[in-house]
Amino acid sequence: MSHVVRMENISKTFGEVTALRNVDFEVGTNEIVGLLGDNGAGKSTLVKILTGYHQPDPGGRIYWKGDKLEHLSVAKARDLGIEVVYQERALADLQSLWRNIFMGREIANRWGVLNLAEMRNETRRLMTTAMGFTSAAITPESVVGAFSGGERQGVAITRALHFQAELIILDEPTMGLSVTETKKCLEFVTGIKGAGKSAIFIDHNIFHVHPVADRIIVLDRGAVAAQFLKDQISLDGLIEMLSHVARTGGLDADNRTTT
Amino acid sequence: MNSVAEARPISSAAKRGGVARLARKYAMQIAIVIVLLLIWAFFFWRSPRTFGAYDIYNALMSTTPYYALMAIPLTLVIIAKEIDLSFTSIMAWGMAGYDVVFLLFRETNPSLGVWLGFVACLLAGLFAGLLNGLIVVRLGIPSLVATLGTQFFWRGVVLVVTNAQGLGMTPVKATLLYPALVGRLAGRIPMQFVWMIIFAIVTWFFLNRTKFGAHVYLSGDNTESAKLMGVNVGRTKILTFTIVGVAAAFAGFVVSEGVLFLWPTLGEGYLLNTLASVFLGGTSVFGGTGSIFGTFIAALIIAIINPGIVAAGWTAYWTQLIYGGIIVVSVSLQAVLRRRMA
Ligand SMILES: Nc1ncnc2c1ncn2[C@@H]1O[C@H](COP(=O)(O)OP(=O)(O)O)[C@@H](O)[C@H]1O
Ligand SMILES: [Mg+2]
Repeated sequence: MSHVVRMENISKTFGEVTALRNVDFEVGTNEIVGLLGDNGAGKSTLVKILTGYHQPDPGGRIYWKGDKLEHLSVAKARDLGIEVVYQERALADLQSLWRNIFMGREIANRWGVLNLAEMRNETRRLMTTAMGFTSAAITPESVVGAFSGGERQGVAITRALHFQAELIILDEPTMGLSVTETKKCLEFVTGIKGAGKSAIFIDHNIFHVHPVADRIIVLDRGAVAAQFLKDQISLDGLIEMLSHVARTGGLDADNRTTT
Repeated sequence: MNSVAEARPISSAAKRGGVARLARKYAMQIAIVIVLLLIWAFFFWRSPRTFGAYDIYNALMSTTPYYALMAIPLTLVIIAKEIDLSFTSIMAWGMAGYDVVFLLFRETNPSLGVWLGFVACLLAGLFAGLLNGLIVVRLGIPSLVATLGTQFFWRGVVLVVTNAQGLGMTPVKATLLYPALVGRLAGRIPMQFVWMIIFAIVTWFFLNRTKFGAHVYLSGDNTESAKLMGVNVGRTKILTFTIVGVAAAFAGFVVSEGVLFLWPTLGEGYLLNTLASVFLGGTSVFGGTGSIFGTFIAALIIAIINPGIVAAGWTAYWTQLIYGGIIVVSVSLQAVLRRRMA
């Protein structure tokens, strides 16, 4: 399988804290990778390196479609097509829907004057085609702070897909969502696969990760504890394996399955 | 209730929704205008002779711009979730730049000296504003502390450079700058008020119709996600501080011309009026929201209180009390409104 992204030997320390230790990680073309792990395992840190937000410690290497990337910045990652839907609030709560959709990518002429009509129309189109907003109460001018959790994730994921992302990173997108909102959010993730894109889906709920992921990687205390194709493991097997990791901090060599 | 709504023709219901939505969207702006009108009506009722004559409005249009010219661009800084306390000293620092350059040409070509001095004044303001931005963004010093420091610093520089001596500004009268900045439009409207309107329109345009403005809102609303989405938050903030620096120097020039004298203490006393205009105008100290229109109207409210109280026949002791009361009540009301709307 060809890879969209490949990270090798990634370590990251924050002062005294070692968040990641020699992690190798890759995402294939049109593959949904589930990233599992306890709180503080280093999941967010790993994806923040991939988005250029953090720099890895020296010795780490990142390849995008086979090309080595030097000094990945947020801007560069976005230009490559890496989009994030963060666990922290990804939206600007006091701003309108259209301002959120076009955050950092406003349509403007060369003098920097905004093309409001085009952004509003595009937002209106996305509301019905991609976000599934049918309520008349929501318009492109609506302030997103009033949206439900599911609607907010819908906005964030739609924003990513709209801008032709190649790789969409979802960091605990279901956190704080109700059951129906979660279902809706998982549908969005499946939609990423359907659109021919790749995704990294982080969640510590296995019941969310297992159905949508092609491959599952388990991080534990900053290191890769296990990885396997979903077809190789059942949900029950996954649960058993995770509790083993939690107990022992890793897997025995014979238990470890690789792709 | 539902059946009534359903029975209405759709277009009227939609229109009603549209009006309600507009009312909600502009609730802050509408509220602030109502506050201004109420205060004005009250003063008019108390002293119709004063408030029925042009004089008072002439006075208001002459002096309100002195701080509104800074409050308007300062709104950008506060929407970006920063603060600037140094503009009062930058007013004087800009004029110190004028002073130095003008004195070089005083004997040979005073008119040229005035113009070059004006340019030096604006450049000095630009430099001071840029420095504020760099200290806050690049060194990561909280703006409250950083600009408190530069406020003292520039005041100190001014006192040293001018040796605490004032400077007559009469040579300005011989140049076009005088009628352009503090003259009368159509013989009636003080030009500084025209500049206040120009500042408001231009700043409004930049805030609401350009990428820069969109980034000002985003920087103040959610810095982290703005950065992640590729907004250059640092550059945006630096630019807002720089704009305030230039505006403060410009205001310093206008004030000095208005009184035809440059005082080394220029700017002292403008801090509270300016900040109060921004906050009273509905700009949130938490960043991410605010309006130029609100600041504009609030500056007028602040301006009207003092003469209103005097005209109403009360002692000026009441000024501060009423002034404080209006600010506290309005800002509290805004907080309630904002919570209602969310
Ligand atoms: N900016 C930071 N500064 C210091 N420590 C950090 C920072 N970001 C993450 N960490 C630490 O790194 C570890 C991994 O965090 P994180 O990647 O957020 O874990 P996860 O997303 O798997 O819950 C934690 O111990 C966390 O406290
Ligand atoms: Mg995390």
